[in-house]
Amino acid sequence: MKYVDEFRNRAVATALAERIKKTVRRPWSIMEVCGGQTHAIVRFGLDSLLPPNLTLVHGPGCPVCVTSVSLIDRAVCLASLPGVIFCSFGDMLRVPGSRGDLFGVKAAGGDIRIIYSPLDALELARNNPDRDVVCFAVGFETTAPAWAMAVTQAKQAGITNFSLLIAHVLVPPAMEAILASPQNRIQGFLAAGHVCTVMGYEEYEAIAQRYRVPIVVTGFEPLDVLEGIAMLVSQLEEGRVEVENQYVRSVSREGNQQAKSVVDRVFEPASRIWRGIGEIPASGLRLKSSYNTYNAELKFQPDLAQLADGVEDPECRSGLVLQGLLKPPDCPAFGIRCTPEQPLGAPMVSSEGACAAYYRYRSHATRDA
Amino acid sequence: MTQSKSFEPACPLPISATKTVQLAHGGGGRLMQELIQGVFMRAFHNPMLDSLHDGAIWPVEKGTLAFTTDSYVVRPLFFPGGDIGSLAVNGTINDLAMCGAKPLYLSAGFILEEGLSMEVLRRVVNSMAEAARTAGVPIVTGDTKVVDRGKGDGIFINTAGVGVVPAGVRVLPTSIQPDDAILVSGHLGSHGVAVLSVREGLTFDGKVESDSAPLHHIVSDLIQSGIEIHCLRDLTRGGLASALNELATAAKVGMVVEEAAIPVQEPVRGACELLGLDPLYVANEGRFVAMVPAQQVEAALAVMRRHEVANQPAHIGMMTDRDPPLVVLRTVVGTHRVLDLLSGEQLPRIC
Repeated sequence: MKYVDEFRNRAVATALAERIKKTVRRPWSIMEVCGGQTHAIVRFGLDSLLPPNLTLVHGPGCPVCVTSVSLIDRAVCLASLPGVIFCSFGDMLRVPGSRGDLFGVKAAGGDIRIIYSPLDALELARNNPDRDVVCFAVGFETTAPAWAMAVTQAKQAGITNFSLLIAHVLVPPAMEAILASPQNRIQGFLAAGHVCTVMGYEEYEAIAQRYRVPIVVTGFEPLDVLEGIAMLVSQLEEGRVEVENQYVRSVSREGNQQAKSVVDRVFEPASRIWRGIGEIPASGLRLKSSYNTYNAELKFQPDLAQLADGVEDPECRSGLVLQGLLKPPDCPAFGIRCTPEQPLGAPMVSSEGACAAYYRYRSHATRDA
Repeated sequence: MTQSKSFEPACPLPISATKTVQLAHGGGGRLMQELIQGVFMRAFHNPMLDSLHDGAIWPVEKGTLAFTTDSYVVRPLFFPGGDIGSLAVNGTINDLAMCGAKPLYLSAGFILEEGLSMEVLRRVVNSMAEAARTAGVPIVTGDTKVVDRGKGDGIFINTAGVGVVPAGVRVLPTSIQPDDAILVSGHLGSHGVAVLSVREGLTFDGKVESDSAPLHHIVSDLIQSGIEIHCLRDLTRGGLASALNELATAAKVGMVVEEAAIPVQEPVRGACELLGLDPLYVANEGRFVAMVPAQQVEAALAVMRRHEVANQPAHIGMMTDRDPPLVVLRTVVGTHRVLDLLSGEQLPRIC
C-alpha cells in the first residue's frame, strides 16, 4: 500500500534501530506528543528496538484524553435533550464524565450518531430541519479546519439547526506547559506530524530555542517514528537545538495556508481546561462572536446552566500520564480498577490513549503485576 | 408453520393487497397463512417443509449429531456481496462446518417489524432460498412473529441447523496440539468493511464485497483428503484476533502469529488505515482458521486452493508452549506484541 508498506519495512526498521543504538551515548528522555505515535510505538513494539538509556515518554497528544470532565458532562446533557441529534467521532462515546458517558445516553434512547466528517453532520442538519444537530467538535489543529468549513457552509446556506460543542485544543501551548513545569524531564520532542501538516512548524522554532529542546516533526508509521527518534538523538548527542522535519512528504514549514485561514476566520484562541492537567492559557479554540449562532454552549445555555463542575475520578492518574510523568502500567489502578470496560479516565478508552495502548498491546503479566 | 385449508401453495395469492408487513401477519390468522404460503413456502419449498407438519422429521444417520443456532441482526439488510438472508443461511452452515459436521437441515425464525416492505421481505427470503439451494442444505421448519413498528430493525432472523459429524472426526478446541500450525482460509475483513461502506455511506478506492459464503464443502474436502484437522473456527464478529484468543483460552495454549503472513486485500487495508480500524478485528462471514499438524500445512493449503471460497489461504502462525493462553503477534517490523481481545466494538478514531 502506497505510503504505508514503505514505512513498515523490517530491514529498514532494523537498520534505523542500529543507527539509534550507535548514536546514543548518554541517557535521554524524549516525548512523542501525539497519541497516534504512542500507538505506533506500542503496537509495533518499537521501544523494544531502542537502547535502554533512551526513554520514550508519552505526551498529551490525544484530544479525546484531554477533554475535560465538564465538557463530557455537557455533551452528555446535550445528547440527552429531546429533539437533539448529537454527533460525535466514535472514540468520544466511551469517555467517562461524572454523569456517565455518551454510550449510556445512547442506550437510554438518546439520538447519537457517529460521524466521520463534520460535513456529514451538516448534511444531517440539512436533512432534519425539525431537529437540532449538535456536534462534539473535538480535536487538535488537525480537525479544526473541517469544523470551520462546516460552520462556514452552514452560515452560507442559512442552516440554523446546527451547532458545535467545542473541545478543540492546540498542541504548542501544551508543549510549553510541559516544558515550563518544574517537574519537566523532557529533553526533546517528536512533534505531531498531522498537526504540522495543517499548521507547519514555524511556531515550534521559538519554543525550541526558548527551552533549548530539539524538536523533530515526525509521522506515524513505524519507520517515521524510528527515523524521527534517530534525528532527535543525533541533535541531542551533538548538542544542537533545531526544529527538523522528518515528515517531509506531508509537512512544510508554513503548513497549509488555506486550512489555517479558514480556522482563523471562524475560531479564535481561548483558555482551555485539559483533563488531568488543568487550565492552559490560549490552548483551545472557540467560535468567534460572529458565529455565535453555531455555539451550542450559548444556544442551550438554560439546559447547561444547571450543570455542576465535573469532578475527575480521584483514583485516575491520567494527568501524570499525559504530562509524561507516569507510565500507564505504573498507575496503581491500571488493569485492575481501570480497564477499557470500566475506565477511570479517558486514556484507557480513547483509540489514541496511552493507557489503552499499553492495555491492548502489552502482556497480561505486565497488566496484572 | 401450520397447515391452512384455505390456501394451497399454488393458489393465486392476494398478498399483494398488503405492500407492507402488518401486525396481523403474525397473528396466526388468514394473513399469516398468506405470508407463510406466499412468501416462505414458495421460496423454501422442499418435501419436508411441504408436509406442513409442526416440525421436521428425518431418520438419523450414523455418526455424531451437531446442532447450532445463531441470530442475525444486520444493518443495512443488503450490502455488497450479500444480505441478511444469505448471511443467516451461510452463518449457521458454517457453525456446523466448524464442528467438522456435514450440515443436513436448517430452521428459520423471522421477527418482522410492522411496516416492513413486503418487497424487501421477498428479496431476503428469496436470497435465503437461493443460499440454501446452493449449499444443498434445505430449510425444513420455521416460525414468524411480527413486532410493533419501532420495536425491530426491519427483519431479525434466527437460523438453527443440524448436521452429522463423521465417525472419527474430532474437530474442537481441546484437540489442538502444541505443535499445530495455524492456517487462515482467505483474506480478512472484507465483510466488515463492505457493511460499513453502505451503512455509513463511505466509498473506498476499489470495490469491497462481503466474503459471506458457505464453508462446509471446503471442510468436507479437507477431511476427505486426509487432513487431520484439530480445530476450526469461522471468523465472524471480532475477526481473527478474537477467534484466536477464544481458541487459545479454550485449548490452554499460546500462539504466535506472523502479521506479514496474514492476507488482507488492499482496499480493505486502505479503508482500515483511514478509519483507524484493525483488520484483524474486523468481521468476516466466509473465512475460517484451521489448526492442523505442521507437516500437513502444504497439503491443507493445496486443498483450500481448490475452492473459490478460500481466497488466498495462508499459513499464519504456530502454537507455542510459552505464556498460554497468550496470542502474540510478530509485527511486520519484527517485534512482538500481544494480540488481545477487543474491549467493546472498534470505533473509528478522531483523526
